[in-house]
Amino acid sequence: MTEIKFRLNGVPVTMESDPNRRLLDVLREDFEMTGVKEGCGEGECGACAVLLDHEIVNSCSVPLANCINKDIVTIEGFAKTSRYKVIKNAFEEEGAVQCGFCTPGMMIASESLLNKNPNPSDQEIKIGLSGNLCRCTGYAMIIKAIQKASKDGDGLW
Amino acid sequence: MGDISNSIKKTDSDEKISGSAIYVADIKMDGMLHAITLRSTICHGEIKTITFPDIPEGYHIVSAKDVPGRNVVKIIFDDQPVFTEKDITYLEEPILLVIGPDKEVVQDILNQIVVEYIEKDPVFDWVNSAVNYHFDKGSGIKAFEHAHKVIAFDYETGYQEQAYIEPQGFLGYMDGEKVTLIGSIQCPYYVKNAVIDALGTDPDNVRVIQPSIGGAFGGKEEFPSLMACQLAVAVQKIGQPIQLLYEREEDMLVTTKRHPSKIHFEAAMSEHNEILGFKTYCAIDAGANIGLSGVVLARALIACTGAYTINNLDVSGDVFITNTVPNGAFRGFGAPQMYFAIEMFMEHIALELDLDPLEFRMNNLAKQGDNTSTNGTFRDPIIMDEMIIKAMEISDYKNKRKLYDDTNSYKGIGMSFFFHGCGFTGSGEATHIKAKVKLRKEKTGKVQILVAAVDMGQGIRTTLRKVVSHILEIPIDDVIFNFPDTDLVPDSGPTVASRTIMIVGGLIARATREMKERWMETEFTVEKQYVQPDYIKYDEATFQGDAYPAYSWGINIVEVEVDKYTYQVKLQHTWSVYDVGKAIDERIVIGQADGGLTQGIAYGYLEVMTHELGKIKQKNMTDYIIPTAMDTNKMDTVIYENPYAFGPYGAKGVGELTLVGGAPAVAYAIEQAIKRKVFKIPATPEYLMELVKNDRN
Repeated sequence: MTEIKFRLNGVPVTMESDPNRRLLDVLREDFEMTGVKEGCGEGECGACAVLLDHEIVNSCSVPLANCINKDIVTIEGFAKTSRYKVIKNAFEEEGAVQCGFCTPGMMIASESLLNKNPNPSDQEIKIGLSGNLCRCTGYAMIIKAIQKASKDGDGLW
Repeated sequence: MGDISNSIKKTDSDEKISGSAIYVADIKMDGMLHAITLRSTICHGEIKTITFPDIPEGYHIVSAKDVPGRNVVKIIFDDQPVFTEKDITYLEEPILLVIGPDKEVVQDILNQIVVEYIEKDPVFDWVNSAVNYHFDKGSGIKAFEHAHKVIAFDYETGYQEQAYIEPQGFLGYMDGEKVTLIGSIQCPYYVKNAVIDALGTDPDNVRVIQPSIGGAFGGKEEFPSLMACQLAVAVQKIGQPIQLLYEREEDMLVTTKRHPSKIHFEAAMSEHNEILGFKTYCAIDAGANIGLSGVVLARALIACTGAYTINNLDVSGDVFITNTVPNGAFRGFGAPQMYFAIEMFMEHIALELDLDPLEFRMNNLAKQGDNTSTNGTFRDPIIMDEMIIKAMEISDYKNKRKLYDDTNSYKGIGMSFFFHGCGFTGSGEATHIKAKVKLRKEKTGKVQILVAAVDMGQGIRTTLRKVVSHILEIPIDDVIFNFPDTDLVPDSGPTVASRTIMIVGGLIARATREMKERWMETEFTVEKQYVQPDYIKYDEATFQGDAYPAYSWGINIVEVEVDKYTYQVKLQHTWSVYDVGKAIDERIVIGQADGGLTQGIAYGYLEVMTHELGKIKQKNMTDYIIPTAMDTNKMDTVIYENPYAFGPYGAKGVGELTLVGGAPAVAYAIEQAIKRKVFKIPATPEYLMELVKNDRN
């Protein structure tokens, strides 16, 4: 057990825990942030994506030790931002949500992409989403949603 | 209220986007235990002894001897035990559950259990037939007596894994005497009925609830019944809440997949290049038990003429049992295998006879009034001619086809024609399912839909509510559709077979119209039961009659470029045209179209799953490649209206239709790009290289 400090969705957190635990388990079990999903447990599907110091990471592949003094944002925290509202609206308008299991991860991937590149091309969007698997949509409507968010969120990113 | 096809925001997208939608793994209960499955390490044999370590207090073992009812998972045949008693028929067959509060301790106990086996030789060859079907149409094989020429080819298809992003899972607990199960499932009543049997209990003692479902694609049709029976036995024995979740690797190794197939076609041709008849044989690998394989084979055989009319048929097939993981339902259910084979065969006949393949295929297309493969009748209008013209126009098909024929550009464009029968095969809806729905007007004036139909992403929570709101002319927010709970909803049948919007939606529409007439009443319930249109007659034993009440139709065009050095296939663009009767929500239908086609095309060229001596070689998402955003391409879809009298607003099935044409369309395109015939999917770079180097084809 080690004392571990980090910021979670903007709030400073101190916890006693095993630094080898997966960030995914800490978020789901200790903080009940179940919007962070486990799809594969090996960093391949992106359903567990969160932002770690503004960088997208798969929380199933991040040990808690790597989070010390870092800034972690999950879908629950991101949902309180104005950028979220723009992407959410675009996902709804473009039909980007089917079963919804990949969706929180896709939202995080969209934010991560737009944060770095507010006006991405189709190809840049595809690269930006390539770490997040979706089995329902064939991605077309998700790509359209990000194009729309990029347009609607003018100035936010 | 405007045209019902006009798209609205899905009613559940808010909770899914924010991450607040609750999937089974998100539910925790006080005192909840975790279960992990001990599985066999051999493919075939018997358990000789099981030696257990000391089991700490609070930890439990649950196995065959704990099953109070029949040790059988009720599907169709009694050939799958809840837990094996002795016989092992495939690798990773479930033997028992280890259960306790700490998952790591559970795993530790499991690792210390020693199972000794008496091994037998496993069978991987397709030699043990468990189901054999045969049927004729017209003069059957006699048509070959008059043949001027006989053309024969063989085709092969591989496994496909559903790869839903949410793995399988259940949570079970006791509520008084009642075993309650919450699970990632397509069919609440399949689970309930299987558990009643395994527990040997009264129906009132089993309750099944559906939470949000993270994709299913057929993979959560029959498989969850096995997990549910195991968990129900454990929950009843131990009395505490228990969670049984599969991790990805376990899910990929042990759950059902699309059946590999081998299909043989022979065509009897006249002097004037007319098709006199077909002889078709289809073999599928069921794995270790039959499960739904007989029904999958039936659907494959019925699809043996593709979208064409062939007057004389001799059709047969076998379900083979092997010592491999059992296969089962997957979107398309036998049709994707057969559509690949029949579409390639039609093209290959034309090439053998030096005919224009497109003209040859179009000349043989089914028309309204024609007899189906099972001597039923295509009663409703077929508008394929018009749809094909549209598809060719939007894709510039003819010019591209000619250009790629004339050049060595390694580019190709291919077009598939197909239909999918909506609802259960034959008399299934009327004799087996007997769907019931309820619609309740509450005191508040709100209306509640009570059905067992599951929203697994296909949007039924939105579309059914839309149907009710449009008929009653009330806001959609006044229509309630809660997650199915078998204590509250009637058995409207499983969420499978492209039946939900047409059959369940059709019943809901009828109930809603009755409600509208009685709208002055304050609080009442309308109940409806499915009645097959009386002109639909089908004999399951002989495969004669109308196999489906209605058919959805489609065309896929796929354009590819094949790398001339690596033989990697790069998708360029796809175009699709569908007749789904009437789109209840255009964007939802297009979403199904995009996703279904992506899966269908990937089945044709990308997704590779194999077994080696009974062990599935692709055990995670790194080994088993499904399309990423990088593999996607521009997809254009056009929807035609062609209403079906008994569907709500004329709607027919959508879900499976959008998958079945993908593989042949991409295979056609690859054929053109490499100028070789393709006989096998997935058409991997290795296979394409082999075809190119082996110049005889």
